Amino acid sequence: MQSESTIAFEVSKLTKRYGEVVAVNDISFSVARGELFGFLGPNGAGKTTTINVLTGLARPDAGTINIGGIDCTHNPKAAQHLVGVVPDESNLYAELTGFDNLCFCAALYGMRKNERQERARDLLAIVGLTDAANRKFANYSKGMKRKLTFAAGIIHQPPILFLDEPTTGIDVASARQVRQIIASLHRKGTTVFLTTHYIEEAERLCERIAFIVSGRIVRIDRTADLLQPVKGKNILVLSISNYEPGISEEIAKAFPEYHVQSTNQGKVRVESAEQIIVGPLVHFLEERGIQMTEARRQVPSLEDVFVRVTGIEAGLMKKEK
Amino acid sequence: MKNWIAFWNILAKDMRTYYLKPPNISWGIIFPIVWTGMFFIKSGSGLESVLSLLPGVMTISILFGTTSVLSVTITFERRSRSFERLLLAPISLELLMLAKTSGAILFGVVNVFVPVIIAVFVADLSGITWSLVIPAILLIAVVSTFFGLFIAVSVSEVFEAQTFSNFFRFPMIFLCGLFFPIMSLPVFIRPLSYILPITYGVDILHGAITGEHIMSLTLDFLVIGAFCVVLFLLSLYNIKRKWIS
Ligand SMILES: Nc1ncnc2c1ncn2[C@@H]1O[C@H](COP(=O)(O)OP(=O)(O)OP(=O)(O)O)[C@@H](O)[C@H]1O
Ligand SMILES: [Mg+2]
Repeated sequence: MQSESTIAFEVSKLTKRYGEVVAVNDISFSVARGELFGFLGPNGAGKTTTINVLTGLARPDAGTINIGGIDCTHNPKAAQHLVGVVPDESNLYAELTGFDNLCFCAALYGMRKNERQERARDLLAIVGLTDAANRKFANYSKGMKRKLTFAAGIIHQPPILFLDEPTTGIDVASARQVRQIIASLHRKGTTVFLTTHYIEEAERLCERIAFIVSGRIVRIDRTADLLQPVKGKNILVLSISNYEPGISEEIAKAFPEYHVQSTNQGKVRVESAEQIIVGPLVHFLEERGIQMTEARRQVPSLEDVFVRVTGIEAGLMKKEK
Repeated sequence: MKNWIAFWNILAKDMRTYYLKPPNISWGIIFPIVWTGMFFIKSGSGLESVLSLLPGVMTISILFGTTSVLSVTITFERRSRSFERLLLAPISLELLMLAKTSGAILFGVVNVFVPVIIAVFVADLSGITWSLVIPAILLIAVVSTFFGLFIAVSVSEVFEAQTFSNFFRFPMIFLCGLFFPIMSLPVFIRPLSYILPITYGVDILHGAITGEHIMSLTLDFLVIGAFCVVLFLLSLYNIKRKWIS
């Protein structure tokens, strides 16, 4: 186990109920200092609730919370100076400008005027909103709002940062920009707790990932270790225009060396530890009048692992376009 | 120091975005003038009645000044979720709520100068015990602000906050001895007067301005002070119970 001083924060047997709903169900995990930790799960899994409980916006029903060596189970205020939060929805002041919003947030952390303004200007530049600095937040676009909310969350340079789906609902370029900022904060030593339902994002950014489903952590491991079982696997996805149920069984019978599975409509997924030779497959299908329109090689990813562990079809998670 | 920076900036932001807005300022000035005029005309008496009307008009100014936008600033920010930002800040809930209410208190205190300044020109204020008036103004401002706070944290919609605060504000004008002495109210209504904190503040003002008070001033100060503390603590309790649940 990690020693006390290398742990950024730790929760143990944490449970949070909302009436009948058990939003978070007996979860335990710890995040090391400087780690980029991912919390991956579908809608309603309990990701936001976990952040709310950890940051003092909700009270736990059971369990303990320790942040930066401070026991915050009963006194959530005790460690709030160590923590920055970027919520899932923009929550800045509509009637203030971007610049004033950042200065106000800095003031909440006791920063002095010069310091506040300098930091606000720096952050506006980092998130690319310098030109919009003096426009009212209410008139920002959705993506601009997200970016300013991100900037507000890191205004006081918190050693621990909670990010609740920071790239949801923004365009590809902005999402990339946000990911770059996250990576750079991580490089500088910030501990990052990131929730997401983008499997790819978790795989790309996070060193360690917890899969959370219906309030429970079903798997928690280093990303490299999670990927281990699918590493070296060859996957071929066949698109079939006159798809009928039972095709995958037929293929499986003819090619027992492959693991064959129907996925979504019109697709058959062929998996093997050895290289998959396409010729015989095409020939086999042709003989049966099955029209294959595409055969695509897929790089095995965390998605495969996630589907295996959680039993949730990856398509059910909002996927990044 | 850090706490004060946070406190001051919360107060300054509220002042700028809510209180110092033209509709709010004009409302704060016009309302007391209209009330003064109305009672003045109705009483049909000369300028010598200004002093007896002054406590009531001052109290109305404070009451409406403090509660005009307070409940809105809180329920509105809670709905837009910007209140979460304040709850996440490393300042105690007590200090945070004092910062959120100071704007209202200040606005109420500033408002009260409207009728007082008018009175300076039309009446002789030399007999007034200002050393009692000042603390009374402060206490009325604080207690009505915390009353508004209590309402704001007991409801979740902006319109509910406004409805409830009117539900209490208007009857208080008649029940708390602002213009009609409590003793002239029907006996069965009087208990209501005694459970409303404003009654005690108005009594101090009457004592300081016209010398006619119905309770001991020490008792008045003690009761209104106790109301301030209790309303604030109840509000904090409600916030913790309902908003950080
Ligand atoms: N304040 C609340 N009152 C009642 N139920 C709540 C509350 N907050 C969350 N829940 C419930 O708790 C469960 C977990 O919600 P949570 O918001 O934590 O999910 P999430 O993983 O963040 O989902 P999403 O990806 O949609 O943001 C859901 O069933 C939700 O309805
Ligand atoms: Mg969420």
